[in-house]
Amino acid sequence: MKITRREADHAARLARLALTEEEAEKTTEQLDKILEYVAKLSELDTKDVEPTSHVIPVSNVMRDDVARPSLPRVEALANAPDSDGEFFRVPKIIE
Amino acid sequence: MNAGSKYEAVIGLEVHAQLLTESKNFCGCANRFGAPPNTQTCPVCLGLPGVLPVLNRKAVEYIVKTGLAFHSKIAPESRFARKNYFYPDLPKGYQISQYESPVCEGGRVEIVVDGEVRNVLLHRIHLEEDAGKNIHEGSADVSRVDLNRAGVPLMEIVSEPELRTPEEAVAYLKKVRNTLRYLNVCDGNMEEGSFRCDANVSIRPAGSDALGTKAEIKNVNSFRFVKQAIACEVERQIAVVEEGGRVVQETRLFDSARGVTVSMRSKEEAHDYRYFPEPDLVPLVLDRAQVEAWARELPELPDAKRERFAREYGLSEYDAAFLSEERAAADYFEETVRLSGQPKAAANWIMGDLTRFLNEAGGEIAASPVTPERLAGMLDLVENGTISGKIAKAVFEEMFKSGKDAAGVVKEKGLVQVSDAGEIERVVEQVLADNPNELAAYRGGKEKLFGFFVGQVMKKSGGKANPAKVNEILKAKLQPPG
Repeated sequence: MKITRREADHAARLARLALTEEEAEKTTEQLDKILEYVAKLSELDTKDVEPTSHVIPVSNVMRDDVARPSLPRVEALANAPDSDGEFFRVPKIIE
Repeated sequence: MNAGSKYEAVIGLEVHAQLLTESKNFCGCANRFGAPPNTQTCPVCLGLPGVLPVLNRKAVEYIVKTGLAFHSKIAPESRFARKNYFYPDLPKGYQISQYESPVCEGGRVEIVVDGEVRNVLLHRIHLEEDAGKNIHEGSADVSRVDLNRAGVPLMEIVSEPELRTPEEAVAYLKKVRNTLRYLNVCDGNMEEGSFRCDANVSIRPAGSDALGTKAEIKNVNSFRFVKQAIACEVERQIAVVEEGGRVVQETRLFDSARGVTVSMRSKEEAHDYRYFPEPDLVPLVLDRAQVEAWARELPELPDAKRERFAREYGLSEYDAAFLSEERAAADYFEETVRLSGQPKAAANWIMGDLTRFLNEAGGEIAASPVTPERLAGMLDLVENGTISGKIAKAVFEEMFKSGKDAAGVVKEKGLVQVSDAGEIERVVEQVLADNPNELAAYRGGKEKLFGFFVGQVMKKSGGKANPAKVNEILKAKLQPPG
């Protein structure tokens, strides 16, 4: 398994990371090593193992459908880089 | 389709239905439309660090009931997954959805188009969460974000690409919406966005089994727009192919003002969602007893109701379908029948005058000023001969406008039907005396004039004369004397 620069660029774009040329090269190399390391797992025979999505044997953790008070708006907006006191404000989304 | 029958359309629909829960899907914030912006959020739905989502039990019940209503297979075990993408209305950077193991698989929706019954197969129904709302208007350089909707339980109902025409697509959507409303799991409000639809559209040579490249048309939010958007997208794709081009896979937006679909380039790269199992939510295991208990709670659904209306009340197939389509109309009809014992008359009035007045006034049948009690009261007056069917029209209109009951309107306007033979005879004699030429013509063999005399008598009585009595008395009086 070899990660190409193209794949690394694609992953960076999906993660909204603007990598410099140097970072991109380094990331490609590191990703490749990580995947190679993880690929060791495929050496195991998993023929009789159920695919695992969760490691703890717990299911059905649910809550009753009851509405509880929400945060005051001022707190909800407190961590936002920008707001107008009512809405979060973000750079214009262009469709 | 412009290019004739050379091509056929292949349409698959994705319906997003917000569930009618009290609280959001994974936190206790209220699930309510129309609250002031950003007043229904908490650390969970804001995607703050260190929080854990906990699944809403009611949302599970609602999606299972929906699956049962559409004959889906309810998965004994299902899982949640993260769908990763960046958008300002998605604070966590991922949407909690389902990928490999949805709650419901398969299923079918019965539709009727041009009198033909068809079963449209479903692919799956899964549970996820809604995103917030972006507002683009009002400023050239910022968009505003309201996260009240973020985390609201959303059910996605995905059909197989089995629909062939815009008409079928609309019939399917209506049936899905009505069924959800029967189940009371979604209010189906397309204006407020609690019931939304994306359409996957492709074309192929007529009769072919291959699937062409599809375009996804986003958020077509009325039945009319769905029909228009699909029709013009099919035309567009045919034109592309006819000109020697190729349809590209993309997301398009329907511009209802111009009646065209336009490409949304911003969405193009977002299709790599990198789904993976949601580590914060444990698997959902549904036990059979619970599913069976929910199945027993299902109300009578539109198809069953339609069949019963036809069988039990002797309604025509068309009338039964019309009255069973919406639960509110079906309930109104049955309540009227229960009170009046007159199913056919009730059906005629509901489908005729009541529907017309409601459409004109833009009202819902459940809030009709003429209640089932009042309509039944009026039907009683017609049946016992107090008013004629013709007078009933005027009475109904007055009832609708004033909100009064039938007896009150009849009394107030002096509309009681005249059945007294003596009184009708006097009017008949007067009419015959006033129209000697017609009388002579009738007696000379022009029997068609009978209708003319009926009309004159009714007119003279102000519409109040009992028509059956008028006929009887006129027949006798029109005989040549001696």
